[in-house]
Amino acid sequence: MPMTFADLPPLARAAVPATSTAYSPELVLWNELLAGGCHWSGLLRRGNTLRLTDVSGSANVSALFFNQEEKTERYNIPDTLKAQHTAYLTQGHVCYSDMGRILCSIPLDTCGWHDTMCGVLDSATLEKKYGQALYQTHRNAMHRSGMDGLLIELNKWGLGRRDMNGNVNFFSKTSANAQGQLQFDRAHRAAGQYVDLRFEMNVLVLMSAAPHPLDDAPSYAPGDVQLTAWRSGTAGVNDPCRLSCPENDRGFINTERWFL
Amino acid sequence: MSFNLKVSPLDPAQAVVDAIVPAGEPWMHKLSQGQVFRILDLEGNQAVDTLFFSAQDPEEHYSMTHTIQAQGALYLTTGTVLMSSESRPMLTIVADTCGRHDTLGGACSCESNTVRYALEKRAMHACRDSFMAALAHNPYGLHKRDIASNINFFMNVPVTPDGGLTFEDGVSAPAKYVEMRAEMDVVVLISNCPQLNNPCNAYNPTPIRCLVWDAQ
Repeated sequence: MPMTFADLPPLARAAVPATSTAYSPELVLWNELLAGGCHWSGLLRRGNTLRLTDVSGSANVSALFFNQEEKTERYNIPDTLKAQHTAYLTQGHVCYSDMGRILCSIPLDTCGWHDTMCGVLDSATLEKKYGQALYQTHRNAMHRSGMDGLLIELNKWGLGRRDMNGNVNFFSKTSANAQGQLQFDRAHRAAGQYVDLRFEMNVLVLMSAAPHPLDDAPSYAPGDVQLTAWRSGTAGVNDPCRLSCPENDRGFINTERWFL
Repeated sequence: MSFNLKVSPLDPAQAVVDAIVPAGEPWMHKLSQGQVFRILDLEGNQAVDTLFFSAQDPEEHYSMTHTIQAQGALYLTTGTVLMSSESRPMLTIVADTCGRHDTLGGACSCESNTVRYALEKRAMHACRDSFMAALAHNPYGLHKRDIASNINFFMNVPVTPDGGLTFEDGVSAPAKYVEMRAEMDVVVLISNCPQLNNPCNAYNPTPIRCLVWDAQ
């Protein structure tokens, strides 16, 4: 039998809390609004949870995650999908790095499906789809592609296009038919839906709230996203994300070893 | 994009490169624009983990998300344009006797093997170690940062409409091949997969044959 959490030395087991803490207003550390189409980056420390809320039911959040202590370690789509036998993300899933560790977990999700296969739009494609809207003519209503938004944020941390290796698109659902053709589901989103990202490592988070690349809405109208961070603690011994598959039990062991 | 079978008219006797890559080995080769590159699955269902870089600008690389987005579909076969991280066509698949290739499954690594199979499997050989071995000696300045999500030629990783992801038995067989035309000068980086924990290759990694023809 492969080694599990129960086989770890007592000190390693003792480093894991009994449970993490659910949201309550007195635990909140900060709030911020990420306006539709805009971009953001920051450090989310191990043991804090970031709640993303789709304010109007029209948001998309393209997100990248890096281990802030060793930034060549980053979110890895194939490792995340393969380990959990899924083609999308929701409650009970975790986001894996390329080093077999869990950057963040998803203990709660009222949306139910987050795409992580379609990437972001670049500026030329965004302009072809929605027309040109430069700062000179549109001021803060200008369009900026998900690609450019994320590249701007990457460069703030000494990173760049080489570090752009596949993102999550929170709140966006794209499903595949038997031929593999993808369909964007506009009816999937609703105002007030939220997803919790519980950070299991110290993670550099970069986000763009530009439209999803396969969103077939004819006009450019990306929705706002409320960001709420609170002190939750990390996944507990019997956390549903840890228990959702044997792979995640091992992923948490790898992650927790980084901090022993 | 699925099972678009097409036989190539090219004659192996005319190829300018004809190399056998054993299981578990990396292979790096520069292709010029217009050259045609064939990967042949000698014994069947061998995973060929493949990356492409622009030879002019190695920071521009094959991009899984750009390729999926450009064709609005997940699987690769004849007609698929392999897109770069700068939204430019890198290669076009011009012949395919297998019919479906994966780009979601990524490359195995020692670290992901500990998650997927067992913590005790760390020492087993893996594609990303082969990539790192190739990077240690590469003349293009490539770095771990440049190792993006790859293509798995000959692998079948179907996604169900309800979002399930499975590794199905291969649709490949001995002597099936996929062939692509370079649309720019590219560097090919292959790891001929050494994975022994996954039934997708019948637990038996096998050699492949790589051929290159000059522009016709």
